[in-house]
Amino acid sequence: MSVTPAVRRRVTGWPLLVGLAVALVAMTVLAAGSGQLAVPPDEVLGSLLHGLGIDLGPMPSHPQGDNALWAVRFPRVALAVVVGACLAVAGAMLQGVFGNPLAEPAVVGVSSGAAVGACAVLVAGVSFLGNFTVAAAAFLGGLATTLVVYLLARSGGRTEVVTLVLTGIAVNAFAFGVIAFLTFAADPQAREQIVFWQLGSLNGATGQALAAVTPLAVTGLVIAATVARRLDLLALGEGPARHLGVDVERLRLLVVVGVALLVGSGVAFAGIVGFVGLVVPHLIRMIAGPAHGVLLAASALGGALVLVSADLLARTAIENAELPLGMLTSLVGGPFFFWLLRRTRSRQGGWA
Amino acid sequence: MRRPRMPEPVEPGEVLAEAAGADVVRGPRQVLHGVDLTVAAGEVVAVVGPNGAGKSTTVGLLSGDLGATAGTVTVFGRPVRRWRPADLAVRRGVLPQHTTVAFPFTVAEVVAMGRAPWAGTPLAADDEAAVAEAMAATEVTGFAERTFGTLSGGERARVALARVLAQRTPLLLLDEPTAALDLRHQDLVMRVAVAHARAGGAVLAVLHDLNLAAAHADRIAVIAGGRVAACGQPARVLTPELLTGVYQREIEVIEHPRTGAPLVLP
Repeated sequence: MSVTPAVRRRVTGWPLLVGLAVALVAMTVLAAGSGQLAVPPDEVLGSLLHGLGIDLGPMPSHPQGDNALWAVRFPRVALAVVVGACLAVAGAMLQGVFGNPLAEPAVVGVSSGAAVGACAVLVAGVSFLGNFTVAAAAFLGGLATTLVVYLLARSGGRTEVVTLVLTGIAVNAFAFGVIAFLTFAADPQAREQIVFWQLGSLNGATGQALAAVTPLAVTGLVIAATVARRLDLLALGEGPARHLGVDVERLRLLVVVGVALLVGSGVAFAGIVGFVGLVVPHLIRMIAGPAHGVLLAASALGGALVLVSADLLARTAIENAELPLGMLTSLVGGPFFFWLLRRTRSRQGGWA
Repeated sequence: MRRPRMPEPVEPGEVLAEAAGADVVRGPRQVLHGVDLTVAAGEVVAVVGPNGAGKSTTVGLLSGDLGATAGTVTVFGRPVRRWRPADLAVRRGVLPQHTTVAFPFTVAEVVAMGRAPWAGTPLAADDEAAVAEAMAATEVTGFAERTFGTLSGGERARVALARVLAQRTPLLLLDEPTAALDLRHQDLVMRVAVAHARAGGAVLAVLHDLNLAAAHADRIAVIAGGRVAACGQPARVLTPELLTGVYQREIEVIEHPRTGAPLVLP
């Protein structure tokens, strides 16, 4: 059993946020330049600045360099940033509203719910909102699942670990049953897409995908920023939060919608990438403490950093092949989740 | 969070919370029957009674957590359930019987949460002073940087009280503020409550220790079986006949040799 130090030395918010931002920028430049067609960092920056209308820095020396960056790499890295930020912030918000550090979009089933939404429109072949259809369906799937998990897993204002994890198992089982049916019913092309979804990958990143999820993601992140202070108060429990002026019902509704927007954005084009929302907020809490203002901002940066790095590893670790991203995050996140579970159990002295 | 409507100044003796003929039903059981109770500016009202008599329910009733199925509950002249949470939070503070904190927040952070209702108002400038004063009054300054989860039961209870004091509201509803405390800190907490009342505030505190209530409260309400069995000055309420009936065991009451307050001997 680990012993918590009585007095914690905490990094205050700003150094952490600045450090994460610098690391994220460096990593995105590195990731954009890496791959079968290597582009040095200064040429990546040069290409980016020229694309934004600023004539500064060298253009890629390879004849296909500029094209490869704008057609493939930039959308992919940008989507990794959006998906990573969304999943980590969604995890932190779920943990805050459940008062439970083990809540995570994939663990509690919200991600698979969003995937059901996305798969359904894919198999049905509908596109009522054009480009936005898949993202909107993922949002609606995520919203329905978040509500279900929320209503089923809570009692008396708190959610016990056991209830939450078991609810997640049930919701995941049902969602994967629906996905299995959709896989069965789908034509071969849609079937391939669904399989890719379940593994989690940024292979399908395009400028259109990015344009479709960014508005949802930004709305979700804005909601996260507005509820941060209230989530701090909710750590005292619902009654005390209400006594301190929080309209708890309203807060819950906001968080549920925010989580659905974020998870929908994360899942719509990248599939189920698990455990980012668990690992990242947990590490941030260990470094900077649990206050949600810093936690949510740092989780957004940290989640983006982790996903850009993981995606870089996924597509460069093996020559001429691409590892599924969800596989990588699960291989790291699964044991981490187990460790967290064991630690929570030893602190509580066994399950209730 | 929305900005609150600032509280109006409180007149001395003004009734800040009042239950009139209030019934409360929880599940299949009626737990309060026609409760009449007032708390006015300048006084400490102690609520005492056996386990399960309805003391915490009374606090829940006055704080608006529980609705009355009959009768009325008014705070600051308006039905308690008609207040917006933000406006009520700058007028009354509530100390729950147990405080838990979901994440490893430090003591200083937990106490500072008491200032949340004032965010965006001119009084937010007092945040630091209010937190420091509340922590000093409850003697928790020494472990300001420790996380709440590492504290002992008595330390947690005082931090929870500090959080409520930092809120700086005229009306305080305290559910067993002294339950986990040693003798010295019980006395400390009751003196803080009395000081709040003397400064013009109103305090309702659920207490188990009848002698603590007798020594510090201006009025005592004895609750038994969901009804107010008696309410008034300690010497009038704490009689052997009443207490023997309420607690269903032989109880004697004598006069304190020095202060003259009633001393309850079980």
